[in-house]
Amino acid sequence: MSLSISLSINGAARDIVLDDVRVTLLDLLRERLALPGTKKGCDRGQCGACTVLVNGQRVNSCLTLAATLDGATVTTIEGLAQGDRLHPVQQAFLEHDGFQCGYCTPGQIMSAVGLIAEGHAGDDADRIREGMSGNLCRCSAYRGITEAVQDATRRMTAQAAEDAA
Amino acid sequence: MRPFDFVRPTSVDEALAAWEDGAAWLGGGTNLVDLMKTGAVAPTRLIDLSRLPGMRGIEVLADGSTRIGALVGNSELANDPDFAGNFPMVAEAILSGASGQIRNAATVAGNVMQHPREAWFHGPASDPLAGDTGKLAVLGTDGAPAAVNPSDFCVPLVALGAVVEIVGPDGTRDIPVADLHRMPTADDPRHTTLTPGELILALRLPPEAAGFAAHSRYLKVRDRTSFAFALTSAAACMRIEDGKIAEARLTLGAVAPRPWRVAEAEDLLKGQTPGPEVFATAAELALDGARAVGGNDWKIDLARRTALRALDMAAAGTPAEMPALPASVFGTQRKEPAHA
Repeated sequence: MSLSISLSINGAARDIVLDDVRVTLLDLLRERLALPGTKKGCDRGQCGACTVLVNGQRVNSCLTLAATLDGATVTTIEGLAQGDRLHPVQQAFLEHDGFQCGYCTPGQIMSAVGLIAEGHAGDDADRIREGMSGNLCRCSAYRGITEAVQDATRRMTAQAAEDAA
Repeated sequence: MRPFDFVRPTSVDEALAAWEDGAAWLGGGTNLVDLMKTGAVAPTRLIDLSRLPGMRGIEVLADGSTRIGALVGNSELANDPDFAGNFPMVAEAILSGASGQIRNAATVAGNVMQHPREAWFHGPASDPLAGDTGKLAVLGTDGAPAAVNPSDFCVPLVALGAVVEIVGPDGTRDIPVADLHRMPTADDPRHTTLTPGELILALRLPPEAAGFAAHSRYLKVRDRTSFAFALTSAAACMRIEDGKIAEARLTLGAVAPRPWRVAEAEDLLKGQTPGPEVFATAAELALDGARAVGGNDWKIDLARRTALRALDMAAAGTPAEMPALPASVFGTQRKEPAHA
């Protein structure tokens, strides 16, 4: 069966006719909307490579049926930078070597953006590791990832304080 | 994945009318979509519940019960300050389950309905004793090989006497969470006692459940410290008055096809002064009748020790730090690895 949905992806309104309701958000992004930044790892919700924000919350796009997203707001790795200016989490991953091969990185970064917005981990390394446990890195860049999330959290907190002042 | 119809009802009546044999209710989809990908389940119709009204609130009812709408998210519930303050071990259990991404998408009703994890449970020609027998149940099966209930959330819910509000073609009814899960049999493969076509509207915690908030813990033991199902777990809580246990609750997780509440241990603890000897006796009672299946006798000992430690942690008091890391037996002493 086919189904129509309207949603916002990285700030752009999209009207999409799903000719097959089985399609996941992950496959919709990669195969039909030319947004291949979101990666397919396990396709089972276990590795986190496909992490995106739906209505501001990090979720596994591989377990999200696109048909459920009528009216939703989706943010992918392609939607983070503002022009040439990287998002603070992207910048921190570069500066702290938060990756090696880079395949898990878009998911790591989107998960970190979601985690920071949730606001429960702060810059505590233990809490960041716990909060990021849904993202696997087979290069084992975990130390750099944890430091990047700590640093980005501090920068974003400072920026928010500055903006509020 | 097999083809299916996708329907989006906007009322409970419409949802019930949309039910047909072979249909499945869709909440967050974190369990169902995964099982559909493996072919373990192949619904012919998905009924998306996301547009149903009145399913997303956490409210305190006039009689003091707390009612949690079926579509409330796992993260949302665990991070609700009032809820976590009143029912800290429920929040602790939720935060020990799955990953941040999955907790965001998963609903509370989906959590209590999740399928057992064992691969043989999902496969057609399966021998439970051929796989990893360490994960099999040691209680509640009369020695037959059976999968355990995988939910962390359900363990403290059973300890606190929670009920599930159900609606079906014949009207509404309540089922205690303690009676919601069952061991599938050859004749009846259901892992819950719901009749196909029945729908969960909400979960309710009774008024007295908040009375345990000061001494309330969920302890989970697993292969790694995060994002893994329990090998064993325990929800323990007590009301302590004048230095004595006025009332205690103890429920074990990952040892049986359902959360395993131990009334005998609870009775034993009543009126006692909290301490290692009485907790050890209670933990011993909790595993009464346990039988190893296919070489998982270690699990009986581990469950006993998990119960003992959970009782000890509950007696010490609910930690103040909130929100916090789920309790881990591998946690350092540097700080209390838990939350209140």
